[in-house]
Amino acid sequence: MKKIPLSLTVNGDPVEALVEPRTLLIHFLREQLDLTGAHIGCDTTHCGACTVDLDGRSVKSCTLFAVQAEGAAIRTIEGLAAADGTLHPLQEGFREMHGLQCGFCTPGMIMRAYRLLQEIPNPSEDEIRAGIAGNLCRCTGYQNIVRAIAFAAARLNGENLEEAAA
Amino acid sequence: MNEMSETREVREARLQGLGCKRKRVEDVRFTQGKGKYVDDLKLPGMLYGDFHRSPYGHARIKRIDTSKAKAVPGVLAVLTAEDLKPLKLDWMPTLAGDVQAVLAGDKVLFQNQEIAFIVATERYIAADAADLVEVEYEALPALVDPFKAMAEDAPILREDIKDKTTGAHGERKHPNHIFTWEIGDREATDLAFREAEVTIKELISYQRVHPCPLETCQSVASFDKIKGELTVWGTFQAPHVVRTVAAILSGIPEHKIHVIAPDIGGGFGNKVGVYPGYVCAIVASIVTGRPVKWVEDRIENLSTTAFARDYHMTAEIAATREGRVKALRVHVLADHGAFDACADPSKWPAGFFNIVTGSYDFPIAHVAVDGVYTNKAPGGVAYRCSFRVTEAAYCIERAMDILAHKLGIDPAEIRMRNFIRREQFPYHSALGWEYDSGDYHTALQKALDAVGYSALRAEQTARREAFRRGETREIMGIGIAFFTEIVGAGPAKNCDILGIAMFDSAEIRIHPTGAVIARMGTKSQGQGHETTYAQIIASELGIPADDVMIEEGNTDTAPYGLGTYGSRSTPTAGAATAMACRKIKAKAQMIAAHLLEVHHDDVEFDIDRFRVKGMPERFKTMKDIAWTAYSAPPPGLEPGLEAVNYYDPPNMTYPFGAYICVMDIDVDTGVAKIRRFYALDDCGTRINPMIIEGQVHGGLTEAFAIAMGQEIAYDEIGNVKGASFLDFFLPTAVETPKWETDFTVTPSPHHPIGAKGVGESPNVGGVPAFSNAVNDAFAFLGATHIQMPHDAWRLWQAAEALGAQG
Repeated sequence: MKKIPLSLTVNGDPVEALVEPRTLLIHFLREQLDLTGAHIGCDTTHCGACTVDLDGRSVKSCTLFAVQAEGAAIRTIEGLAAADGTLHPLQEGFREMHGLQCGFCTPGMIMRAYRLLQEIPNPSEDEIRAGIAGNLCRCTGYQNIVRAIAFAAARLNGENLEEAAA
Repeated sequence: MNEMSETREVREARLQGLGCKRKRVEDVRFTQGKGKYVDDLKLPGMLYGDFHRSPYGHARIKRIDTSKAKAVPGVLAVLTAEDLKPLKLDWMPTLAGDVQAVLAGDKVLFQNQEIAFIVATERYIAADAADLVEVEYEALPALVDPFKAMAEDAPILREDIKDKTTGAHGERKHPNHIFTWEIGDREATDLAFREAEVTIKELISYQRVHPCPLETCQSVASFDKIKGELTVWGTFQAPHVVRTVAAILSGIPEHKIHVIAPDIGGGFGNKVGVYPGYVCAIVASIVTGRPVKWVEDRIENLSTTAFARDYHMTAEIAATREGRVKALRVHVLADHGAFDACADPSKWPAGFFNIVTGSYDFPIAHVAVDGVYTNKAPGGVAYRCSFRVTEAAYCIERAMDILAHKLGIDPAEIRMRNFIRREQFPYHSALGWEYDSGDYHTALQKALDAVGYSALRAEQTARREAFRRGETREIMGIGIAFFTEIVGAGPAKNCDILGIAMFDSAEIRIHPTGAVIARMGTKSQGQGHETTYAQIIASELGIPADDVMIEEGNTDTAPYGLGTYGSRSTPTAGAATAMACRKIKAKAQMIAAHLLEVHHDDVEFDIDRFRVKGMPERFKTMKDIAWTAYSAPPPGLEPGLEAVNYYDPPNMTYPFGAYICVMDIDVDTGVAKIRRFYALDDCGTRINPMIIEGQVHGGLTEAFAIAMGQEIAYDEIGNVKGASFLDFFLPTAVETPKWETDFTVTPSPHHPIGAKGVGESPNVGGVPAFSNAVNDAFAFLGATHIQMPHDAWRLWQAAEALGAQG
């Protein structure tokens, strides 16, 4: 199948590639760029394990063609920590609050939360739950994911973490 | 650091041992997208496999034409049953003593059954070519209702064994019959029923569901023709067993097979079995000489690899008018699908269903289970439970409520009246188990107090009156479940898989600097083994958990073990870990005594060191001892500091718990709102309370999904309905209730650290708690038993049938 040139930015780095027009964004990221953090958990756009950030929106990268990302700026879980390795408060929060178990949904969940906290910097519990309703987790029952996101929100807002953890 | 001046608390805390809410080691990589799951693997020259599957539930295959598929550029091979026959791999043995078609040759027996395996240079090309395989079928009548399986005129499904009157588990009464399994005293039970003051009888069905981990089943096989070695990476909960099965099936010597289970994205029982995809990837790699990856998609996962439950249980209790139970009789019709591929210990075709007497002191009981074939996917795995334990718990917990309802006794009270009492442990159940420890009255009382039970009942009474007066359209249910599990299979005397005893293992090596590597025969799929096993070692050996690295899943390096399922890791490999530590500790004591120049009986262990008895200032830390073991071992003592333990548990463990669910149901919409869910678990010694709580949250969420919506259903011609996330209920954060957790601690008397296992308790106890709440809500309208799943549509129907909408 004829390949199409694609240029975009991934985690701050410019990327030039050739892709088949039917290549899904998730396969492009995982198999051509070796960014295997985002996962595939279903084939119906329900699970959100493939969530990445694209031009300021959370997208399910299994439901976009790679060519639809032409010119876009994408951030994946691999690009979330600071350049010096300092973890993002969400990454810290998920560990602190035991917001993950098998880890398979985690990159998508964190990337969704990353955008959610920019949409709603100080979300209520209900807002967090509604905000991650496009991401499924089979291990945690979400309770500690909610706490992890609240932890990160508090840290980003410079709040007292003891309170957020309660 | 001044080792002398530090308090014992500081030294203890540094270890992060038993009881510590230690943060997880695994999370560092998982939160950065650096987990290594099977589909992340990319090998040079790797090919991709995909299946062509049957659209029919039951049909004869007249012709298979692969020519168009083979003609697609990039396709290297298309395998069919004909290609597997010369290798004797067109059929494979199942864990349950049956055989399963790897690729269907003459007949298909369930929808989406594997027919051809396409191998191509790219994932998308394999999928394109899979669509081009042409198969001509002759449709046959499908058998989907297990109650019709043994009818005289039922279509015969398994022509390969239709004349066999005995199977792996005894006599077969019908070509669609797999086994009858009986336990208990039938005559005495029948007599007790004849003489009973009160009896109840109910068909309690537990619908077909699926474990549905977020990562599907997948593998990469790589055969090295020069070395004659096969490497298989896969989603394996039991990698060592996979290697042994691969050796037996392929004829490749076991030492030349390397099976590796990398990070696994959830298992819940789905990844115990051996599936056609694994076998086909291996064959394709041998045929092509290149690595071959096979990755299931979600629909394939839900419709072909390992369903759970599908148990139809007719439960009867004989009791006195005061509600004292006298006998239990259960008959189960078990729908095993097209092949008997249950993942049970080999001698237990119905798993440990004989835990069905539950937490109650039944003097006598009898159970019979009939397994039958239907045109449905094979499986019958333990979805987040020990073998058939959740079915048993659901059965007895519903039945006790039905008895309570009939007698007008409160469900909490009837349980209290019949509990096995603390002083009866170790308790010998009427169906053959020896319960290790328990304190049921204390646990239930704590739960009742925590939720304010009597106030809830008073509120319910008031609400029912208000409903009758037409002031509300909501009804309120309070569901109690008190479960006893049997986990940690298991003792070699009664548990094996394909002849291999179900022990487990740990191999621990202390390096000269006091850092540790430890390997186990189990395999975490999210349970946090890398964190918790290290805590056991920390407490046993006095070495900080942060200095311990845990490795599992590589059959080349890890000691042989039977894997992780049935909550067996802590009871078996956790015990092996403690026992291996104790071997090391015995040697460490000799070294310490040598260094301290005293007799070894004159030193004692203290947190992180050995000290001279009565002289706490004279001690050697484990670090000192480790260095000495390698630098200047005492004369006559072997250098080094390591140990292996293969642990055959003397008994299984019996975790228990009290769960209470409070629910409000709108009778006009059928929508149920979980107002409150309280879960008290007793899993014995608690290794990491944070992880326990997380496991309970997750298990309760799965229980919620099962009770309130999940079902893998089939239509009358064998089409699987609901095998995608469009239809199969997986709750999001919005529907999922908030969980309250609590605990009591009753250690296991036979486990080295007293731990029992907890990961599956919430699924086992959660399902009956939800269902009992639903049934309790409708009870005052005349309901006795409403079948699961309790989704809004079905609850609306139940309300309508009971006249609640009039």
